[in-house]
Amino acid sequence: MNTSRPTNTPLINLSQLNKQYQIGNTPFNALDGIDLQINAGEYVAITGPSGSGKSTLLNMIGLLDRPDKGCYQLLGEATEALDEELRARRRREQIGFIFQAFHLIPRLSALENISLPLMLAGLPRAEQQQRGMQALQQVGLGPQASQRPNQLSGGQQQRVAIARAIVMQPPLLLADEPTGNLDQRSGADVIELLEGLNSQGMTLLIVTHDPALAQRSRRQLQLVDGRIVSDQQP
Amino acid sequence: MTLIDQLRFNTQVLARQRWRTALLLLTISLGVASVVVLTSVGEGARRYIAGEFSALGQQILIVLPGKTETSGAAPPLYGTSPRDLTLEDANALARLSTIARIAPIIAGTARVSHGSVAREVVTLGTTPDFFPVRNLRIDLGQPLPSSAVDTASPTLVLGAKLKQELFGNSNPLNQWLRIGERRFRVVGVLEERGESLGLDMRDMAIIPIRSAEQLFNSAGLFRILLELKQIDQLELTKRQILNSIRLRHDGEDDVTLISQDSMLNSFDNVLSTLTASVGAIAAISLLVAGILIMNISLISVSQRQREIGLLKALGAPASRVRALFLHESLLLTGAGSLLGIAAGELAVALALQLLPNFPFYAPLWAELAAMLIAVGSGLLFSWWPANRAAGLDPVLAMRGAIGGHQ
Repeated sequence: MNTSRPTNTPLINLSQLNKQYQIGNTPFNALDGIDLQINAGEYVAITGPSGSGKSTLLNMIGLLDRPDKGCYQLLGEATEALDEELRARRRREQIGFIFQAFHLIPRLSALENISLPLMLAGLPRAEQQQRGMQALQQVGLGPQASQRPNQLSGGQQQRVAIARAIVMQPPLLLADEPTGNLDQRSGADVIELLEGLNSQGMTLLIVTHDPALAQRSRRQLQLVDGRIVSDQQP
Repeated sequence: MTLIDQLRFNTQVLARQRWRTALLLLTISLGVASVVVLTSVGEGARRYIAGEFSALGQQILIVLPGKTETSGAAPPLYGTSPRDLTLEDANALARLSTIARIAPIIAGTARVSHGSVAREVVTLGTTPDFFPVRNLRIDLGQPLPSSAVDTASPTLVLGAKLKQELFGNSNPLNQWLRIGERRFRVVGVLEERGESLGLDMRDMAIIPIRSAEQLFNSAGLFRILLELKQIDQLELTKRQILNSIRLRHDGEDDVTLISQDSMLNSFDNVLSTLTASVGAIAAISLLVAGILIMNISLISVSQRQREIGLLKALGAPASRVRALFLHESLLLTGAGSLLGIAAGELAVALALQLLPNFPFYAPLWAELAAMLIAVGSGLLFSWWPANRAAGLDPVLAMRGAIGGHQ
């Protein structure tokens, strides 16, 4: 889907992005004139104190939120013009989400959870099974296919969530505090898994407040009060 | 998302919330079942009446004295005319080629007494043809003698109940009793049979027509029952009767003809309306079920907001989320209606066992309409909750940050 994209176009191109929230009577700048380019294959960590706008930025990039002002091009396409139907479609096809709280549906098995995006895309059942199983094996949980989320450990649940994020093979992975609910060891497993996916070519954006985790990335953005205050690239 | 995936997804949702699903299914199926049962009673009444009329025989035509407009209203039971319909008129009609049997009737109330027991009953004066025309069977003895066609004789046939009251269990045949001032000999007793066209044949005395003329001192007929040779000669016979009456009544056809069809149609209209109205009353319970679905769906939208947010984040557009919720309600109301129809049919079958004489029958149109209303109100009332779900902000919904009562 993105093969025709000119190589010099960044995967993500934000210019002068603004987002304001009303808290009580006072307006609050969640994002304040963000300019940012991220190329395909990058590994970016976004850090900053709470309330600095990191999650808002991630939601903006993930097409879950709309900016008040500014321009966001994803794969060279201006997203402001897209209607809700098309934004949903871009999320489905180009973006994989990983959340701090996993967000698995408790009544569905691991495989069924992973197959959700395939199901929403309307793929035939056999293909859903086959691609879901493939993704599950990729995160090392093949034997757990028929288990419910409550039968899995936290680390396993997050790996199921990662499998769900990559099952449509999107170019972009967005992870919001992916290790926030995990112990040290499972957190490290999850990060290794994500870095492995990045090394296979997926662009990886991680929002974290863990400095050690941020240090592992190749590019670190720091947000304060809705502004990028530092952008360290190798 | 394919339809099968949607079906699987929603059956999993319904299976997961077992009690909620059971409650909703119960409500919907009760509503549908009550429509089925109530209309089956109405339809049963209609069939019961139709059965009564067909017991009368399809080829029956009734001639009433007097001209009455019958449009729209129930058939007239008594016409009014300055000119009586007489036995001579009846004898003239008997000569028409298309008429198989003819039973002129004089009716009145008279005091029938035997020994010290006396009863005031309807007394019919008629001819022997009356018995086959009305499908009346004799339990004991004979019908009226053939001479009763045109001569008075002191003979009498008793209804079963009247016989019981006057004679108890003793044999009434050839016993004498009094009607008014005159004495009659019992020649037969009617077989026990229920009411027929509003006349209780069990509580009745039947005497020769000429005797009735004398008894009531009147030559005016109450009516004439005719049985045609063939059903397709109905219209022709009607014209012939009117012609014949016109000749005899100085150019006026001052009689009213009623065929079994026209009477049946009048009753049919009334009872169909009745059936539809009781069905409609029952259908109101389906609207109540719809409102219940709405409330429970609204709760479900709040409870499932994280899941809804997730689905949207994973790329489900608002239209898909709306479709999922509408589909869920479709599934519930569809299954509930089928259960309700099954329960209603079961109740009808049970009622038939308990009351075998009453033809309970749940008409197909009522079942289809009940199902349609159930599914329709389900969709109507889940539209709002479905729209709410579709409009949820994915980020807030995933955080569970949307209150339950917004």
